[in-house]
Amino acid sequence: MSHAAMPGTYLAEGSGPRAWLLTTDHKRVAWLYLASLTAFFFLGGAMAVLMRIELATPAGDLVSDDTYNRLFSLHGIIMVWFFLVPSIPATLGNFLLPLMIGARDLAFPRLNLASWYVFIFGSLFALFAVVAGGVDTGWTFYTPLSTLYANGFVSTAAFGVFIVGFSTIMTGINFIVTVHTLRAPGLTWFRLPIFVWTLYATSLVMVLATPVLAASLILIVLERVFGIGIFNPDLGGDPLLFQHLFWFYSHPAVYIMILPGMGVVSEVLPCFSRRPLFGYKAVAMSSMAIAVFGFLVWGHHMFVSGQSAYAGVVFSFLSFCVAIPSAIKVFNWSLTLRKGEISFEAPMLYALFFLGLFTFGGLAGLFLAALAVDVHVHDTYFVIAHFHYIMVGGMVTAYMAGLHFWWPKMTGRLYSETSARIAATVTFVGFNLTFFPQYVLGFNGMPRRYHTYPPEFQFWNVLSSAGAVVLAIGYLMPLFYLIWSLFRGARAPDNPWNATGLEWQTSSPPPPHNFETMPVVTRPAYAYDMKGLEHERFSPHREEAAQ
Amino acid sequence: MSGTESVAFDTPRRERRADNFAMWVFIGSEAMLFGAIFLVFLVAHIDFGPAFAAASKHLSLPLGTFNTAVLITSSFTMASAHRLALHRRWRATIWALAATTALGACFLVVKGIEYGKEISEGLAPLLGLPFRYAGPDPVHAEFFFGLYFTMTSLHALHLIGGIVVIAGMIALWRTASPANRLRRVVAVGLYWHFVDIIWVFMFPVLYLINR
Repeated sequence: MSHAAMPGTYLAEGSGPRAWLLTTDHKRVAWLYLASLTAFFFLGGAMAVLMRIELATPAGDLVSDDTYNRLFSLHGIIMVWFFLVPSIPATLGNFLLPLMIGARDLAFPRLNLASWYVFIFGSLFALFAVVAGGVDTGWTFYTPLSTLYANGFVSTAAFGVFIVGFSTIMTGINFIVTVHTLRAPGLTWFRLPIFVWTLYATSLVMVLATPVLAASLILIVLERVFGIGIFNPDLGGDPLLFQHLFWFYSHPAVYIMILPGMGVVSEVLPCFSRRPLFGYKAVAMSSMAIAVFGFLVWGHHMFVSGQSAYAGVVFSFLSFCVAIPSAIKVFNWSLTLRKGEISFEAPMLYALFFLGLFTFGGLAGLFLAALAVDVHVHDTYFVIAHFHYIMVGGMVTAYMAGLHFWWPKMTGRLYSETSARIAATVTFVGFNLTFFPQYVLGFNGMPRRYHTYPPEFQFWNVLSSAGAVVLAIGYLMPLFYLIWSLFRGARAPDNPWNATGLEWQTSSPPPPHNFETMPVVTRPAYAYDMKGLEHERFSPHREEAAQ
Repeated sequence: MSGTESVAFDTPRRERRADNFAMWVFIGSEAMLFGAIFLVFLVAHIDFGPAFAAASKHLSLPLGTFNTAVLITSSFTMASAHRLALHRRWRATIWALAATTALGACFLVVKGIEYGKEISEGLAPLLGLPFRYAGPDPVHAEFFFGLYFTMTSLHALHLIGGIVVIAGMIALWRTASPANRLRRVVAVGLYWHFVDIIWVFMFPVLYLINR
């Protein structure tokens, strides 16, 4: 890369493989994660495209049923554990958390690098499972299918996910300790950017939920390898127990996936409407509320699994409750826009698309939380559409918003604004074309995870498959213009968006230890209403604040 | 930035507090791991209480009790190491740490003897070994022994981890500054006590319940 031209920045600290692979600089570790996650994103995406091509016709003509099972299983495993869970925290979070709180690095820089190596080690197992012949259990590894009947490389894939869990826990511990111990003078909890709050909430969930997933995956591997039948009724075990343990992790895990996205949007919306975030404390606290409530709703995945009707009613009620903090956020974001001077740069476009798509997916979640409706749409494309509206329409869109928003800070280069706006719009159109038809299909009763379907479903399936192609173009475009900008992009100023936040007060790209002078914070987050902000340079050592 | 391992901290004191806090967060995470497995056990115990009680009588109470005493003693030596390190009595600290690892190893040896005894009696439902259980409800007794081996081996793995870390700490002792020595002893000590406490819960649940 042509960063030798940027002396004094973290990018000038050496460019050989050793300088990158043995770095403990959180900014470089973020790049290691970004490169590996991008590879996984396109690998998982390619599998999705294959599935959509297969589903363009009712007959199973492109791949066999067995291959199709492996495609959707690996798509899910790769996208959930090797992209979505680490996505924003390990890349943007890693890069920005110390910058945003005015620290030189994360609390444990070596642990941070180690987490990447653990991630890569775990991903080797998953990749081996892909190459060796795949897994056909779905990403959920449900027993007894996964323990007794599946003939793929279940243990290998489960072990890979288990190892990646350690990487998640390491990142979580690092973030929690960093937020507690390394905030700059004057940066009180209620002056933290919402992105930091959401990373904190995410880390709590990572640390407390991931070990339960580890436990359930250990038990699966023990059953397959050692014959200890915790989930096997023949040996006295209980297959339903797995679902309880799995969803005890995996429902909080969807909040691991969405919370950081909410944080990104909370940074972008105020910046491009030049308004302070509406209801800052409510947004911060609702992040924590989501993290707590998220642990109490796992039973809504099991309404038709034979759990007791009373448990079903309680889980249904709690699932409605978890929608409240999410709704608080959506209303606060909308009110932030009110009377704002809105401009539509690419990050803002992505953030606005997030707002719409997240609302749309979230409302469908309320349908699914209702017991009777869930019995009707359970295991149909309605669930697929709901999940993808949150995870792709929400999380991936927010990820793109954040990547564009902080790209000048990370690279010191500006990307092509026109290309980025086109890509954002193409993504939005492609996304809705792909997934809206799936709501219709699911409500009409098309079940998930089949490679054939009755001909009356073909119209909506063709729309969805066409949308997948558009969506793929929307995601491939940034790959090209962002990489191009690394070499040819114009030099970025320190604060191209006139944003508040400590990360914008240091140079672009930042120096190795982030700040030439350690900053002191004197105002609340998102002080976009303060007069003359756009002309005011930050003064890191203001005397009166040091008290 | 001098005297700290991480560039992020200004003073060793702040770094030690952060380390301590990180270890507590990690222990919270570990508690969820063991919590999940304990939950499985308790749910199964509610369903198959009599079978579990009968199967539990086939475990060796004397060896289990002996091991409990060994681990509690190791917690005492670990706590002594912490005290001694606070007073910078480094030589004595090393001895206390060595005693801790020795007691941990002793626990593992006794556990291994117990495993050997159970396998030879046909009470180990793993790797296709013959399961020759004579008591009532052998299917659910098999479930009990499956859980027993899962829980105790998971605990033993944690103990091995602790021994390896303490051994590594002793190996790096000469090169570590006094601040780093104290920081590491405190953090590893927390972990060691946690692993002991897990056993303090595991012992009554597996060996003593309904006896």
